[in-house]
Amino acid sequence: MPAATRYLGKPLKRKEDPRLIQGLAHYVDDIVLPGLHHAAILRSPYAHAQIRSVDVSKAQSAPGVVLVLTGADLRGSIGAVPCAAQIPDMKAAPRPVLAHDRVRFVGEGVAVVVATDRYAARDAIDLIEVDYEPLTPVVDPEKALEKGSTVLYDGYKDNVAYRWELEGGDLKAAFKKADKVIKQRLVNQRLIPVAMETRGVVAEYKPGERQLTLWSSTQIPHLLRTQIASMLDVPEHSVRVITPEVGGGFGSKLNVYVEEALLGYLAMRLGKPVKWIETRRENMQGTTHGRDQIDDVEVAFKRDGTILGLRIHVIADLGAYYQLLTPLIPTLTGLMASGCYKIPAIRTEIIGVLTNKMSTDAYRGAGRPEATYLVERALDLVAAELKNDPADLRRKNFPKLEDFPYATPTGIIYDSANYPRSLDLALKMSDYKKLRQEQAKARKQGRCVGIGLSTYVEICAMGPSSAMPAGGWESATVRIEPSGMINILTGASPHGQGQETSFAQLGAEILGLEPDDVNVIHGDTSIVPYGIGTFGSRGTAVGGVAAYQSLMKLREKLAALAGFLLGEDPSKLVFADMKIFSKFQPKKSLAFGEVVAAAYSAKTLPPNMEPGLDATSFYEPKNFTFPFGAHVCVVEIDTETGDVRLIKYVAVDDCGNVLNPLLVEGQVHGGIVQAFGQAMLEEAVYDEQGQLITGELMDYAIPRASDMPWMETGRTVTPSPVNPLGVKGVGEAGTIGATPALANAVADALAPFGVRHVDMPFKRERIWKLMQKGSRRAK
Amino acid sequence: MIPAPFEYAAPKTLEEALRLVERHGDEAKILAGGHSLLPLMKLRLAQPRYVIDIGRLRGMSYIREENGHIAIGALTTHAEIESSNLLRAKCPLLAETAAAIGDVQVRNRGTLGGNLAHADPAADYPAALLALDVEIVAASTAGARTIPVNEFFLDMLTTALRPGEILSQVRVTPLAAHTGAAYEKLPQPASGFAIVGVAARLRLGKGGKIEDAGVGVTGLGPKAFRAEAVEKALRGKKASDKIFTDAARYAAQGVEPLADLHASADYRREMASVYTRRALKRAFARAQGKA
Amino acid sequence: MSAEIQVRVNGKSYESQIEPRLLLVHYLRDVLGLTGTHIGCETSLCGACTVLLDGKTVKSCTVLAVQASGSEITTIEGLSAQAPTNGNGLHPVQEAFWEKHGLQCGYCTPGMILASVELLRANPNPSQPEIRHALSGNLCRCTGYQHIVQAVEFAAKKMKSRKR
Ligand SMILES: Cc1cc2nc3c(=O)[nH]c(=O)nc-3n(C[C@H](O)[C@H](O)[C@H](O)COP(=O)(O)OP(=O)(O)OC[C@H]3O[C@@H](n4cnc5c(N)ncnc54)[C@H](O)[C@@H]3O)c2cc1C
Ligand code: FES
Ligand code: FES
Repeated sequence: MPAATRYLGKPLKRKEDPRLIQGLAHYVDDIVLPGLHHAAILRSPYAHAQIRSVDVSKAQSAPGVVLVLTGADLRGSIGAVPCAAQIPDMKAAPRPVLAHDRVRFVGEGVAVVVATDRYAARDAIDLIEVDYEPLTPVVDPEKALEKGSTVLYDGYKDNVAYRWELEGGDLKAAFKKADKVIKQRLVNQRLIPVAMETRGVVAEYKPGERQLTLWSSTQIPHLLRTQIASMLDVPEHSVRVITPEVGGGFGSKLNVYVEEALLGYLAMRLGKPVKWIETRRENMQGTTHGRDQIDDVEVAFKRDGTILGLRIHVIADLGAYYQLLTPLIPTLTGLMASGCYKIPAIRTEIIGVLTNKMSTDAYRGAGRPEATYLVERALDLVAAELKNDPADLRRKNFPKLEDFPYATPTGIIYDSANYPRSLDLALKMSDYKKLRQEQAKARKQGRCVGIGLSTYVEICAMGPSSAMPAGGWESATVRIEPSGMINILTGASPHGQGQETSFAQLGAEILGLEPDDVNVIHGDTSIVPYGIGTFGSRGTAVGGVAAYQSLMKLREKLAALAGFLLGEDPSKLVFADMKIFSKFQPKKSLAFGEVVAAAYSAKTLPPNMEPGLDATSFYEPKNFTFPFGAHVCVVEIDTETGDVRLIKYVAVDDCGNVLNPLLVEGQVHGGIVQAFGQAMLEEAVYDEQGQLITGELMDYAIPRASDMPWMETGRTVTPSPVNPLGVKGVGEAGTIGATPALANAVADALAPFGVRHVDMPFKRERIWKLMQKGSRRAK
Repeated sequence: MIPAPFEYAAPKTLEEALRLVERHGDEAKILAGGHSLLPLMKLRLAQPRYVIDIGRLRGMSYIREENGHIAIGALTTHAEIESSNLLRAKCPLLAETAAAIGDVQVRNRGTLGGNLAHADPAADYPAALLALDVEIVAASTAGARTIPVNEFFLDMLTTALRPGEILSQVRVTPLAAHTGAAYEKLPQPASGFAIVGVAARLRLGKGGKIEDAGVGVTGLGPKAFRAEAVEKALRGKKASDKIFTDAARYAAQGVEPLADLHASADYRREMASVYTRRALKRAFARAQGKA
Repeated sequence: MSAEIQVRVNGKSYESQIEPRLLLVHYLRDVLGLTGTHIGCETSLCGACTVLLDGKTVKSCTVLAVQASGSEITTIEGLSAQAPTNGNGLHPVQEAFWEKHGLQCGYCTPGMILASVELLRANPNPSQPEIRHALSGNLCRCTGYQHIVQAVEFAAKKMKSRKR
């Protein structure tokens, strides 16, 4: 990135906002087509049952209803949900579009109704009669592993989806050398992503053109197109996926869902456009969930605080079926188990378990929050055991600056970092020493105050293709139109991250224009070149680099052309103020538009130069990037009620170079609050029958404005050597760094009650019970 | 989430409404602010054949002084109660309780009458109204009758209202001199309803003696109730932290607490005591003219 | 069965024949085509469907369209007509959300903005805790709320200076 910039690194207001703040944007449900029909889906009320029969006759003759289909009707017509993650010896658990013989979670689709309006479709659902034969539901993943447990799939002996292990370093030696070993079970509860916009699909089929157009609220339009074409067995070029405005994803829209294929099928079958908008209840039950790991951790360390080894055993509850990346997510935990520490030996064993629940899959952080959580909790357990300050213990175990690029025993290479610097800044911003003094005072007064710390590293810019099931590159086409206006077409598919603005900043910077001259187009597979999508904090660190490369290609071409027209060496030309001019003889200058016009009129082109201004790049990253940071927070617990109040939050994040600090800050805030949700409030609770009892926002609490204190954010900048922009990515930092800081604070607060660890979420009653037990013990 | 079809009527006068309610009996539901009924209808847990919208009845939304008490019309919204100067001056407990309900948008729609008639075990007003010992007026084609609040809540979602009756008014006695009252609520984190809510009213005599006490508890059991054992333990005693703590221990006496995802029976029972003590302490401070 | 309603929405009068069970949010979105009002939860918790009904915020997923008959409704599309704008067609609260990056995916934003408008009308100079409290009926999963709080503070300042 150039040293002095005009737009890059500046907090520009977002270009996407005017339409959003005026209600003029279009999300899926805002799309209306002539003759639009509406679909509604009947879903299983049982977690596990055999379908004996489905009677749709009443529904079929209900007013407004044009079509009712059951799973049996669809058998063989639509392929199963694809799973891109393959783990050796993994059992198959494909999800049919509608269940035809057996249902395996509450919310699984059994029949679909298409009617002329929403209300009629909904009414008809109540008229379908299904005869179920209930089977024993398998809900608890540990019980699912027991001998004699009901098995989800006929033909399998057990519910083990797969076993996976990763070992690096000499673990035996590490544990032998250790002065001490601490064991702890850590539960990373099941979460529901709750994007504020639920999913939705509109499908339209034009038989003449043989064109199926699918509007879907997705993070991955191109991958979706490929998969839908395959599920429906139509040529890929006859499918077009358009991603309109997307109201949040957080990983839950990084998938291929049954409804997307089903709606495509219905539109083709009926020759009518059809819309399906997920209800919130359907969203809670049937859009992918996140986390759900039971992690048994053993940490081996020396008396001086040196961590020697980690042994991790993970039970990952995958749910009933595989979605796109379901089996893969827990393995990311294994990859990132070193945290930001030099741990010589690590072994991770994962058992993926099938249960009668919704599938788990990527959720903001996807496997890495679990890793950070277990490493950070382990460090605090060691610090508590050794009566060390957690900050000191961390510092002791950081790799040295000269260790970078640092290879972990888990087989990945951290690109660049300065962990002590971010920790120091966080300690300074929070006035950590004083916090500890105040805590001591508060404890004397009988108050229950805890300070929590986390230092984290995460893996972003997903990622080199070798490590990604469907490729890890990204594409961008830049088109300079004859009028001099710029279109950047990105294969990334932003949905709130602000790349319409940051990419425009990039374009304006490189070409010497104004951001308003640069338009960013995304999310339409017929317009934008094939791309991978937006997830894994890759929008800027991969997609942005692709845009950068295409912009640089065109800059070079323009420089060559302007040099030719001006009689100047292209390498001496400057792009600024809508002009291209000589650095040393500023009078040798052409308006940007003049050079563009020359490229299109093609009358005075240098020999061998093609007309036009259009460049496409497919950027393949050499490595992941590894953002990092340090978070400090303070909680106070009401000793009578167990109510945990967050009273201070300081976050220092390092995501390399920053294109727009406003956007980075927004990502950090949002991530921290989502982490707060996991730590304090959120948990998808299934009862013994496999009913999701947190099936509405009436029962599943997500953070509100009034839950949060002011968050102070700070930043250090360690550019990534992996890409020319030096950017790392920031979309998931908050959920990765903040959850352990909050958990460590709560454990710290409860230490006087003899509590070493408490599992999330820190609901009042859970904390209250621990305090009751603790004070009884003290008596 | 879409309600099942129904027939709709929006009478303009109470008489007309009462006739409709009487005519359709069980098949009809009265609709006031709709913030309890419509959620049930959207879930299709309620599928009335007729909906009688009383929201357009004239003259049912008011807060005024009448013969020494304050009369509140059944259609008065939570927001109106929250911001009423008359209530803030003469019975601030009601305004404080209204402010604890849901959120701004809910308070703009929900009505006092609807809240009481619905008798949600986790609703807030019932605690305050029990502590204040109000009277509830029920209208029917046969005329109006008055029901003491203590006899109003019968069970979960069940009140003393008879078929054909419309709750028309709540009558509140203004707080006497040297009286303080407070509402303390432990909200369910997702919905905001009360896991436990306690309203306390204390009238002090000479030397800090508690002459009268009213304590209403909501959220704990299937219906809101007056914590008579707490009141009894307070009456005639000299106010002190200790007496509040001791009395608050009886908050859950004789009640089988509810249990759900958000709070076990044990926790609810315990919190009833904690919140009772907190409400008493604040009521006491206010009775002394503090806070 | 159908019912007739008359409403004024964003200053325009409409008469419609509708089913009594039609929710106000569906009336606005599907009948009038005003899709700026969103649906996030359907259980009156998220506030995405917030509109001004006779000047007060309500959750339009929990109001029947028939209940709104005879009323004046303002949706996000009509908000800018409600206050002196800066010549850019934006209400000061809209401007403030833009200025302070008070939105990411934008889904909660129309409801958030209308809730903020109501807050500032009742309390032109709110403190941060007051802002957070007043917005507790509106959920946002993206922003972490801090920039929203800042936007409301900024709007308050702006509206004061414009009144002068
Ligand atoms: C998101 C949300 C959060 C909420 N949080 C809280 C909270 O924290 N605390 C709390 O107390 N409440 C809460 N509520 C409920 C709210 O206060 C309701 O408004 C109230 O309970 C019902 O009043 P209503 O006017 O909306 O009644 P409606 O929903 O119209 O009616 C409710 C019931 O009462 C009957 N009814 C209504 N009026 C009369 C009458 N005058 N005479 C006879 N019967 C009548 C109806 O037939 C119906 O059965 C919440 C509601 C929502 C949607
Ligand atoms: S959709 Fe109305 S409050 Fe959420
Ligand atoms: S900006 Fe996405 S929900 Fe608020």
